[in-house]
Amino acid sequence: MNGRETVLSAVRAALSGVPGSEDPDDTPVSSGRRADHAGPDVVGLFAERAAEYRARVVRVPASGAAAAVARALARTGARSVVVPPGLPEGLVPEGEWSLLTDVPPLSVGQLDAADAVVTTVAVAIAVTGTVILDHGPGQGRRVLTLLPDQHICVVRADRIAPDVPEAMGLLDPDQPLTLISGPSATSDIELDRVEGVHGPRTLDIVVLEDG
Amino acid sequence: MRIALFITCFNDTMFPRTGRAVTALLERLGHSVEFPQGQTCCGQMHFNTGYRPETLPMVRRFAEVFAGYDAVVAPSGSCAGMVRDHHRVVAAQYGDAALTEAVEQVAPTVYELSELLVDVLGVTDVGAYFPHRVTYHPTCHSLRMLRVGDRPLRLLRAVRGIDLVELPAAESCCGFGGTFALKNADVSNAMLADKMRHVQDTGAEFLCAGDNSCLTHIGGGLSRLRTGVGTMHLAEILAATEGDAR
Amino acid sequence: MSGADNVVWLGTPAFPEAARTALADTRLRANLRRATGTIRDKRLAVAAELEDWEDLRETAAQVKRRTLRHLDHHLLRLEKSVSAAGGVVHWAADAAEANRIVTALVRATGEEEVVKVKSMATQEIGLNEALADAGIRAYETDLAELIVQLGGDRPSHILVPAIHRGRSEIREIFRREMGEWGRPAPEGLTDEPRDLAEAARLHLREKFLRAKVAVSGANFAAADTGTVVVVESEGNGRMCLTLPETLITVMGIEKVLPSFADLEVFLQLLPRSSTGERMNPYTSLWTGVSEGDGPRNFHLVLLDNGRSVTLADEVGRQALACIRCSACLNVCPVYERTGGHAYGSVYPGPIGAVLTPQLVGVKNAASLPFASTLCGACYDACPVKIDIPEVLVHLRAEAVEAKRRDRLLPTPEALAMKAAGAVLSSPRRLAAVQRLAALGGRLIARDGRIGALPGPFARWSGTRDTPAPARESLRAWWRRTRTPTSEDRPTTTEGKVRR
Repeated sequence: MNGRETVLSAVRAALSGVPGSEDPDDTPVSSGRRADHAGPDVVGLFAERAAEYRARVVRVPASGAAAAVARALARTGARSVVVPPGLPEGLVPEGEWSLLTDVPPLSVGQLDAADAVVTTVAVAIAVTGTVILDHGPGQGRRVLTLLPDQHICVVRADRIAPDVPEAMGLLDPDQPLTLISGPSATSDIELDRVEGVHGPRTLDIVVLEDG
Repeated sequence: MRIALFITCFNDTMFPRTGRAVTALLERLGHSVEFPQGQTCCGQMHFNTGYRPETLPMVRRFAEVFAGYDAVVAPSGSCAGMVRDHHRVVAAQYGDAALTEAVEQVAPTVYELSELLVDVLGVTDVGAYFPHRVTYHPTCHSLRMLRVGDRPLRLLRAVRGIDLVELPAAESCCGFGGTFALKNADVSNAMLADKMRHVQDTGAEFLCAGDNSCLTHIGGGLSRLRTGVGTMHLAEILAATEGDAR
Repeated sequence: MSGADNVVWLGTPAFPEAARTALADTRLRANLRRATGTIRDKRLAVAAELEDWEDLRETAAQVKRRTLRHLDHHLLRLEKSVSAAGGVVHWAADAAEANRIVTALVRATGEEEVVKVKSMATQEIGLNEALADAGIRAYETDLAELIVQLGGDRPSHILVPAIHRGRSEIREIFRREMGEWGRPAPEGLTDEPRDLAEAARLHLREKFLRAKVAVSGANFAAADTGTVVVVESEGNGRMCLTLPETLITVMGIEKVLPSFADLEVFLQLLPRSSTGERMNPYTSLWTGVSEGDGPRNFHLVLLDNGRSVTLADEVGRQALACIRCSACLNVCPVYERTGGHAYGSVYPGPIGAVLTPQLVGVKNAASLPFASTLCGACYDACPVKIDIPEVLVHLRAEAVEAKRRDRLLPTPEALAMKAAGAVLSSPRRLAAVQRLAALGGRLIARDGRIGALPGPFARWSGTRDTPAPARESLRAWWRRTRTPTSEDRPTTTEGKVRR
């Protein structure tokens, strides 16, 4: 017997007490919406919760997006900025930095040397202060948001879901997905949270208020 | 209402005063209490130590002796929990359908003392008087198996003259755990040491709990260290009146 | 099929003995007390934020129960989904088979090193050692795993394997060992957690950038879509899951969930229960391979290693619902004092005390089910409502039965229990023993207190006085003072039990 047959037959033997007529969906699971954890001000809650995990959050009108991105880049003194394919035109204005496009794909070395990356998001979650990338247009390959030390996320207010269930329902499982809640952190030393390990140590979130 | 007292084997042998206190308290509240002489033990020690077949006669006896009462009161959270939660496990594994049926009938009539007083008899002020500084340890099985919540504290707060002080880290286990105290004596001692430190920090004259087994463990340590802190079962404080103080 | 290998560390003494050693280590106890105290408060605060926390726990328990009852079905579905998305699924009945599969996969790439995401499954099978035997070096990249690996140490906690180490010890390990493994620790490294994290960042960066093969575990896998999930904090997971060309994920078969939609429940419960955060910093989900993004080769190794044996036990089965959050460790009063090493298993703490004996056979970890006061704090903390005390007493019974079967003569404990059982099931015998105890107690007690007790009870009386048994038991008092109405009281007909 190969491993597959061995494992499957052992599992089936272990489950001999389960009636053959029982369907996998027969065991009841309580469903339906539970409590609302978000309240009425979803955008405000998102901004507050993201900031609690040390993301730098600003709320601006859509027309102020580029200026907010510029301020975030200027604050860290970024000299090179990665721009994923499909990022809205003009979101990263001219400045003291050079722009790096990922076409053709940037090498790992180039990305490691880059200071910042600017992306949009697929979905965000208010209750947890999370942004979710599905690495489509405006977000790019997963590695783009991993190696540069600053990640600037531009979040349209209408992309903010109240809570985890709503957000998960909006995602396409066929895409690689990355949920990001604050900058890289660890609790490995005395179970005390410290921000800044391998991922970007600075996470800027620019919330665009009017959609 | 027909109330039976399940004293538990440990209290019967070591702390009959707790049983007398329960009786006096309930009679003061206008209830009569019966003591079925056929009672012995809930089987908790055997069950929790892994000796399940040996538990069966005790489960059977309990169901037989305590059948038919409106309420069975036990001045022990862990023994009440054993009857309510585990007798059905023993009955299902080693007994028969008749025993299972009997166990299911008797289990819901079994109450820990604070449950009986607050939920069944509907009293929190039992007219007690106890002019001492007291701290309360909510034993694990009362807290997390029976879920008695703040019932014992509500009863204690209504006691006249009492100076009730909060025990730090009250919900931490004292380290007794039945045969655990023998099998894992070192860990048990470490837990006991922390519990005693917290008790002493309160400056209480008495440590109160709803289980004499935990109190024997903590009190035994407090006695060995000559701390002067006494232990007292909840029933004994609730049974105390101004007459006792005079 | 046999139980698991490598889960228990050979040569670790039984729990009580190992615990004694641990208790004597005052620095360990201080580290543990601080760490578990911190995390307990954080967990309580974020769990209390969700007023339907109890409903969420119940739903999670139901999803796990449903999954386990048809595990074969869900595994086959997962295999199909992952294969359709370009992944390759492998099945391993035990640790040796899993190690063979992973070793062969790494060898096929021609590489001699791999980067690893923290994974209980690979810890359980001893993968690093197996790879080392094949000349392949495995670099742990989770900060706590790195501390354990550099320190030549063993993990002592499911989530934070180096919880037994305080910051100054970590600094010493980094200063001493980092140079042996790659980039040395920076000059003048302090013991500030921020600086220590920075040292790990620098040390591991070069390894991430050159890695061609990564090995990970998985927190969840959705059978309907083939999506695999890794939940982490530092970004080392993202590095491993994104940068290398080949990704090998080793996952226990119990980690499968029926559907992608089920993840919403667990992604609410897991971070709050484990690190006390509303959401952990990074969660990666991937389905097979994606053109132009991330690894080109994805292998999923489905590991049994004692799980199917555990599944066969209808009471013990619930331990397979564990999502490895480690909340039970953090609230356990025993774990808080002994730390994880005393359990002698990859899986320490309350969940380890129920999982280990099931994975390796109760005879091979017989002291673990007894390493608990049954205080129930673990059950209350468990996000998937595993009734750990219930499983503990169930396994205690199995341990006792196993001894009964294996021994010609009963143990002294069994004899004592038998004698106690005879006394405690007869009111007459109990009354007789009470009279004897009262007499004996009076002989040895001073001021109503007994100091030293004989035999095994010396372990009790070493630190505690024992009150003398009462002169008159309650039953005797009742007989003496009350009318004997209730003696052998006939019960009502419906309450009568036939014997």
